[in-house]
Amino acid sequence: MKMPGARIVLECLKRQGVDLVFGLPGGAVLPIYDALYDFEGLRHILVRQEAAAGHAAEGYARTSGRVGVCLVTSGPAATNLVTALQDAMMDSIPIVAFTGQVPTHLIGNDAFQEADNVGITRPCTKHNFLVKDGNDLGPIIREAFHIASTGRPGPVHVDLPKDILVKEWDLVWPERVQMRSYNPNYDGHPGQIKRAAKLLARAKKPVLYVGGGVISADASAELRELAELGQFPLTQTLMGLGAFPMEHPLSLDMLGMHGSYYANMAVHHSDVLVAIGARFDDRVTGKVDAFAPNAEIVHIDIDPSSISKNIKVGVPIVGDCRRVLVKLVEAFREELKDELSPVVREGRRQWAAQIAQWKHDVPFQYEWSDDVVKPQYVIQEISNATGGEAFIVTGVGQHQMWTAQYYKFKHPRMWCTSGGLGTMGYGLPTAMGVQAANPGKLVINIDGDGSFQMNSQELATCFTEGLPVKTVIINNGGHGMVRQWQRIIYKERYSAIDLPQIPDWVRLAEAYGCVGLRVTKPSELVPAIEKMIATPAPVILDVCVDKDECVFPMVPAGGANTDMILTPPTREVRDKAAKSQTGF
Amino acid sequence: MQNGSEPRKHTISVMVENKFGVLSRVAGLFSARGYNIESLSVGETLDPSVSRMTLVVRGDEFVIEQVTKQLHKLIDVIKVTDLTDEGHVERELVLIRVNAEPSNRAEILRTAEIFRARVVDVTPVSFVLEATGDEGKLEALLELLRPIGIQELVRTGKVAIARGPKTRVRRVEAPKKPRVADDPKVVGFAD
Ligand SMILES: Cc1cc2nc3c(=O)[nH]c(=O)nc-3n(C[C@H](O)[C@H](O)[C@H](O)COP(=O)(O)OP(=O)(O)OC[C@H]3O[C@@H](n4cnc5c(N)ncnc54)[C@H](O)[C@@H]3O)c2cc1C
Ligand SMILES: Cc1ncc(C[n+]2csc(CCOP(=O)(O)OP(=O)(O)O)c2C)c(N)n1
Ligand SMILES: [Mg+2]
Repeated sequence: MKMPGARIVLECLKRQGVDLVFGLPGGAVLPIYDALYDFEGLRHILVRQEAAAGHAAEGYARTSGRVGVCLVTSGPAATNLVTALQDAMMDSIPIVAFTGQVPTHLIGNDAFQEADNVGITRPCTKHNFLVKDGNDLGPIIREAFHIASTGRPGPVHVDLPKDILVKEWDLVWPERVQMRSYNPNYDGHPGQIKRAAKLLARAKKPVLYVGGGVISADASAELRELAELGQFPLTQTLMGLGAFPMEHPLSLDMLGMHGSYYANMAVHHSDVLVAIGARFDDRVTGKVDAFAPNAEIVHIDIDPSSISKNIKVGVPIVGDCRRVLVKLVEAFREELKDELSPVVREGRRQWAAQIAQWKHDVPFQYEWSDDVVKPQYVIQEISNATGGEAFIVTGVGQHQMWTAQYYKFKHPRMWCTSGGLGTMGYGLPTAMGVQAANPGKLVINIDGDGSFQMNSQELATCFTEGLPVKTVIINNGGHGMVRQWQRIIYKERYSAIDLPQIPDWVRLAEAYGCVGLRVTKPSELVPAIEKMIATPAPVILDVCVDKDECVFPMVPAGGANTDMILTPPTREVRDKAAKSQTGF
Repeated sequence: MQNGSEPRKHTISVMVENKFGVLSRVAGLFSARGYNIESLSVGETLDPSVSRMTLVVRGDEFVIEQVTKQLHKLIDVIKVTDLTDEGHVERELVLIRVNAEPSNRAEILRTAEIFRARVVDVTPVSFVLEATGDEGKLEALLELLRPIGIQELVRTGKVAIARGPKTRVRRVEAPKKPRVADDPKVVGFAD
């Protein structure tokens, strides 16, 4: 049966199991919006700016484990979407983005609202397609979802010329997707897995370094089995948070630039480091030559190009975290059949004691105040109030780092943050997508006063679509993270970082039909959080915090992880940091 | 990544889906990651749905490892082979327009003969030579012609193929395309 291309697109989405699309219409995609008018079984959420559709799709994808979908028109809409695509690219989030395009015969003519969409998105997607023949619609959409969700997940973009959407075609729906040029490897090499197990059985100072790949692979249970079986201390990247419960005795919390003292010390002194779905980002390694200098490194990753990209790896294992961990647990059990040597056992005992000492010596800490609200305290109280059972999303900056440090993550897929691209404005739209994917659940967007303003228009979407996202603004009156760098590395030459108290967040919330609350003293915080959680509508909780607070520990960019700055630095430390700075 | 070896030239053969945009994906990868392509040539293979790109890239072993992995990661790439340390044959074709005054015409022709280059265009003051060979041979030829005066130079970029039998393939009937020679209107070939 022939039908218009637009209808084919919707039928394909439905067959693909899509129930929700975030989008915003325009000329080139009018045929799709027309087909949507009486199409059943597909919810459309109308956002206020296209980047928000992309971020919402990311939040949907990360927390549901399914592919997020967004739909926007040609030209300016497609270019608005680019930030979200690159964000998903950096953080390996599976989304499929549809854009409209001018009719095929006008492509290249500088037609109205034309942009070279696939040319622009090529470097910021895992793959992209321009549909030039309506008979390819089905196969391309099928491949798009397949590519987005398999192997290393990522964004895929499909560009749809208007004439293709208008003309009638047969619906072609391949039952299976088969691509000779794309076959990700899921099973790790058995020989390498065995080597890894042997290393772990001989390690005196083992550490597991866990990243976002464990979340994508849904491998938390297998990870926990390995960690508990071998009693291995475990640290998580920003993207990995939630893969392993933070309150577990083996947890070392986050590592890296703003990671814990004990995680960075443990990794630095480790003799066997097993990286699981983590990509040795420069915010994790600091100066690469000084990263885990004495460790034999095992790296489990589904993307061969992640392996030995930044750090030379001794035991590379290309495969899916879950499948490899299952085999690694088996292989490690095999090793445990022979008793561990006394030297190893003694080494392990000392290692555990050393780690306990580091944890004891330098926990995450801040100075309490009765007068002004400390931002860290806000996160602690949100953590207490939710018991780690809420979905948490952030903007980018200090508040993001404090959330990573002080929120007690318990479960995977309940945490969304922009790690790789560091996209301010990510918070609210992403939280919206999380809320849409998880109706009735508590979704908290912990945002910065700077970041929030980059997508605050989405309060309207929250209100009209019934998405009761709770936003807590860690309001420090400025670009706190930038201020922190200017304070520590640029000798307190504060430049362009103040955000005077505009807008009035409570009134802004009210203007959008949401509820606004404000906290200025520590004693008001807990009741306000409780009230926020109890409110059925979207809420903004404006918490005015100490603007001088900095995120510690901090490894200055390009420094070694052992050169952590632990407390507000003295002048000498600042001068030293100024010399070593390599950018922000 | 710290350097593990001296940078050198690698010849990398890449089989890709013969699809729209694939060249820009490969070229874009190199510019985005800051690798340098010294030469690139593309053409169809026996299977018209597959093209082969031959890339010459300079880099140390880590750079080349990343280059091949990143190429492989492109969805349209079917196979990547670094031919550098495998037995292989590589060839490039150059067209050289060289000054040809009466005083040096004989010398040019002699040189051309030694290098099995052919004269494909002649004017009273210039020759165009066509030569094929590997890099060493072509460089040697150019070196001899340079003092005489090279006006213009066009190179195809390298193509390469592994030596020896690879895999046995079934004999395929040549596709029945109309041949140019069957066309009565065509009187000769621009060879
Ligand atoms: C202001 C700011 C400060 C930051 N500070 C820190 C910091 O202190 N510490 C920190 O850790 N990060 C920090 N980051 C984040 C940092 O930039 C990186 O985004 C992060 O470290 C990357 O996390 P990851 O290594 O887990 O990799 P991800 O980006 O999550 O990548 C996942 C890896 O797993 C692989 N993978 C995916 N799926 C699978 C699968 N199924 N099986 C196997 N492998 C798979 C992928 O190929 C990839 O290599 C900061 C970011 C910002 C914005
Ligand atoms: C789109 C974008 N622009 C600029 C930056 C650089 N940047 C990183 S953090 C930051 C300040 C963020 O301020 P705010 O959201 O208030 O968070 P805070 O650090 O104050 O908690 C800036 C400007 C960025 N990450 N993203
Ligand atoms: Mg701020």
